[in-house]
Amino acid sequence: MSVYETFKKSFWGPTIAWKRLFTKPVTIQVPRVYREASERYRGFHVNDWELCSGCSTCSKVCPTDAIKMVPVDIEVESGKKAQRPAIDYGRCSFCAMCVDICTTGSLNMTREYIHISDDANTFFFLPDETGIHHQEVPLGYQRDEASELLDLERVEMEELPADERVDSFIEYVKGYSREQAIAEASRCVDCELCVDVCPANMDIPRYIESVFKNDTSEGVEWIYKTNPLPGVCGRVCTHKCETACSIGNRGEPVAIRWLKRYIMDQESVEDIIKHSKENISKKGKGKIAIIGAGPSGLSASYYLSLMGYKVTIFEAKELPGGVMRYGIPRYRLPDEALDKDIDVIKALGVEIKCNTTVGKDITLTELKNKYDAVFLGTGFMLGRSTKVPGTDHEDVLMALPLLEKIRDYLRDPENSEKPPVPDSLIVIGGGNVAMDVARSIARLQRMEGKKVNVKVTSLESMEELPADLEEIVEGREEGIQFFPSRGPKEVIIENEKIKGLKTIACTRVFDDDGRFSPEFDESDVMTIDGEMIVEAIGQAPDYSYLPNELREKLEFVRGRLMVNEKGQTSIPWLFAGGDIVNGPDIIHGVADGHKAAVGIDEFLTREEG
Amino acid sequence: MSKEVKLFLGPNHPGMHGNSSVHLYVEGDTVVKARLVPGFLHRGFEKLMEKRLWFQNLALIPRICVPEPDINEMVFAMAIESLTKTEIPERAHWIRMIILELARIASHLMAMGGIGGATGLYTMPYWTMPDRDRILDIFEKITGARIYHMYIIPGGVRKDLPGGIEKEILAVLDYLESRKPEYENLLLKHRVIRTRTKGIAKLTKEEALEMGVTGVGLRATGLPYDIRKIDPYARYDKVEFSVPTATEGDAYARFTLKYLEVQQSINIIRQCIDMMPKEGPVNIKFTRGSALRLRVPAGSIYCHVESSRGEYGYFVVSDGGEMPYRIHVRGASYPQGLYGVESKLPGTRLEDVALWLGTMDFCSPEIDR
Ligand code: SF4
Ligand code: SF4
Repeated sequence: MSVYETFKKSFWGPTIAWKRLFTKPVTIQVPRVYREASERYRGFHVNDWELCSGCSTCSKVCPTDAIKMVPVDIEVESGKKAQRPAIDYGRCSFCAMCVDICTTGSLNMTREYIHISDDANTFFFLPDETGIHHQEVPLGYQRDEASELLDLERVEMEELPADERVDSFIEYVKGYSREQAIAEASRCVDCELCVDVCPANMDIPRYIESVFKNDTSEGVEWIYKTNPLPGVCGRVCTHKCETACSIGNRGEPVAIRWLKRYIMDQESVEDIIKHSKENISKKGKGKIAIIGAGPSGLSASYYLSLMGYKVTIFEAKELPGGVMRYGIPRYRLPDEALDKDIDVIKALGVEIKCNTTVGKDITLTELKNKYDAVFLGTGFMLGRSTKVPGTDHEDVLMALPLLEKIRDYLRDPENSEKPPVPDSLIVIGGGNVAMDVARSIARLQRMEGKKVNVKVTSLESMEELPADLEEIVEGREEGIQFFPSRGPKEVIIENEKIKGLKTIACTRVFDDDGRFSPEFDESDVMTIDGEMIVEAIGQAPDYSYLPNELREKLEFVRGRLMVNEKGQTSIPWLFAGGDIVNGPDIIHGVADGHKAAVGIDEFLTREEG
Repeated sequence: MSKEVKLFLGPNHPGMHGNSSVHLYVEGDTVVKARLVPGFLHRGFEKLMEKRLWFQNLALIPRICVPEPDINEMVFAMAIESLTKTEIPERAHWIRMIILELARIASHLMAMGGIGGATGLYTMPYWTMPDRDRILDIFEKITGARIYHMYIIPGGVRKDLPGGIEKEILAVLDYLESRKPEYENLLLKHRVIRTRTKGIAKLTKEEALEMGVTGVGLRATGLPYDIRKIDPYARYDKVEFSVPTATEGDAYARFTLKYLEVQQSINIIRQCIDMMPKEGPVNIKFTRGSALRLRVPAGSIYCHVESSRGEYGYFVVSDGGEMPYRIHVRGASYPQGLYGVESKLPGTRLEDVALWLGTMDFCSPEIDR
């Protein structure tokens, strides 16, 4: 088809534009006539420093390397970094991906688009609330649900439903499949905020990356650099890392703990042993005694063995593991997971002498004479009592001995004493141990065909409860009833039998400085019915194995031993860690054990030199 | 006896044709040899893409075609969606078509203005550029940017349309249509333009096919080759439009087709606004994880769309990693910009060189990629 004929030649064609000669030009003078940009305009950035966590995710997504993280001199809370993004507008392509991915929502773009300066340095700046020109500028492009570049939802972990799990002590968390683990790992933005918060400073982003790459044996290598109890920690760690996870600012934090468990579940004990043995150095010469085969003792023994030391652990109980073996219920931490971790440690040549109580079967002084250094990891094994009237009744029990009895019974019903299973139980306390007791007894009640009748009462309000949120949620699902903000007043006893617990309202637990200083309202009285009571308000150390002359030389602060940053006490050959130094927390114990191993090595090599 | 002289056309913006350099060897005012020297603009896109995460490439690719950046976003998104076997939400298809057609109009307007530089009729860019600006205003409102929109993303589009934008788009379309008589008088019926462009920079069907020329270059030789028709993407099979063709194959024919295609695009956008679902999601997360950890399943795919310059395609190879393994861009300007310049310019008069570059839509970064 010819287009020549579509438009006929026009006589007026050449003059058609002339009539425009007198119309007003549409030229916009810049910057004297300011043209307001549209609402979504992608102009210069602003960043709310209060919100920004310094996670550097914006800098990682930036396709042009326009963002540099710059150290700033500000006070930052834990879980944040003292650095903020600075933007080089010589590079920025104004794509706003940094805005779409910002983990906190602190970074935004403005409608500001004019910046004229002959100083090129002013094009590189640290956006704060006031933007580039330090004046109020309307916000421009904002992230919305559609433009979100993060994955805010966790890959759900399969668990047994409450009515099935409360019937038995089998592990109710099923673990991730490979696809699930990779999907969960792909949510990580590698911000490393978790590393700073983890007491053991585990290389979390690295092992998560190994899951993402489907290379779990590399993951094991990263994990064992800082934690030789990963099977345990992958199940029951208090996962402080997850509270720092930057994705948690706007969504659900990455399931770091479950990913660790996933890695460990993939690798066989033989492979882990092989890997560990490859890292043994022959450097260390000497013998170390460790008291207590709990988290800190086991951790110290692992790293000391890697350094070439001969390590012997003295453990009072029949089996190693301490609180992990005797305190934590099986449904959260099955023996097999713990044994796998301990088998690796044993394979390095660590000798564990069980049923050997220091102070009774062997004295500390003897250990000092036979070994080059001694590490104390004896934990908090004594219970604490509220000491309210009636707590001396035989049906008022301490949490740890009861949990121990339950564990022993489940492990070997034939040769163990059966734990008491009351029709109704009151647990005093709001921490994880209280939850362990409550949920264990609930299970036993169901297993015996009884109705679940367990009540937990605590000084703290529901929001303040120190137990992990999932413990509370799951406990509730299993039928545990909560009586928060109540202080125990007296155990009600009739005919020598416990009838319940008289409580008064607790109006405040902590003072303005956050110190424990409860206040009560005596007029608000309530009786909680129950025929057995368990006190789970905290544990205490038992230092009876310390001879007086040593005890005098050691420094204590509120029951805890003072050590330096290498775990060394004021007695040079004596090191300590775990609960007796940092309070009850497995991962702290692991970190302390590692630190002390380095400290002991330094102490001994310096001695030699 | 005349003397052969070597002239450099570019790499300083010669009119609107971007900044490649063409070395012209002329005798008198007749070109005897032409050599394209590419590489002065945005170089090495394809290699750069292998070093960027899938998502980061969204900020890079629009630069391959500055006048019509959105087609890059479209083919890139289409490729990822095919490799991940994702069906995107219905509304996103229609929004994408609106964006693509607006971009097409903007690009055609820019090209039509470019002819003004080549023919000395500077009123043309003075009209087409501000008119194009109205479309850029719309883009700014929808995407937050005037030129590099980064709006069509794998999975759909980045954000939903802002409220009331349809009305504004229609108003701009009405305005453009109201300009038709003036444009036609000034451009298409203008004696100078007709004299300067008819029979100039001619291309036959055989030559076009031989070189791989597509778009108006090919359609001006009589072949109704338009990807929107022969291999419809988005919802082009649901809208009605015809593909204008011509037989002359010269600068005037190409120029006229561009003009007629603007009207086609206006019709398409009107239909989109009518037919699109009024609400619903505009994108889909086709894989879990943050944008930093997007992986595209291993495989390869060629996706193509109709750009204002012709067939525009991406051949994408993924090895299943976080970055593309290889991306090859089939830039529509390449055949006429490289082969065409070297084979068709010899014999033309010096002043007609820019008419080839202009009506053939020579876009430097597509060649510099
Ligand atoms: S807008 Fe894009 S290019 Fe600019 S700093 Fe943000 S991510 Fe980087
Ligand atoms: S992504 Fe957001 S929170 Fe993180 S450093 Fe950048 S601006 Fe701050």
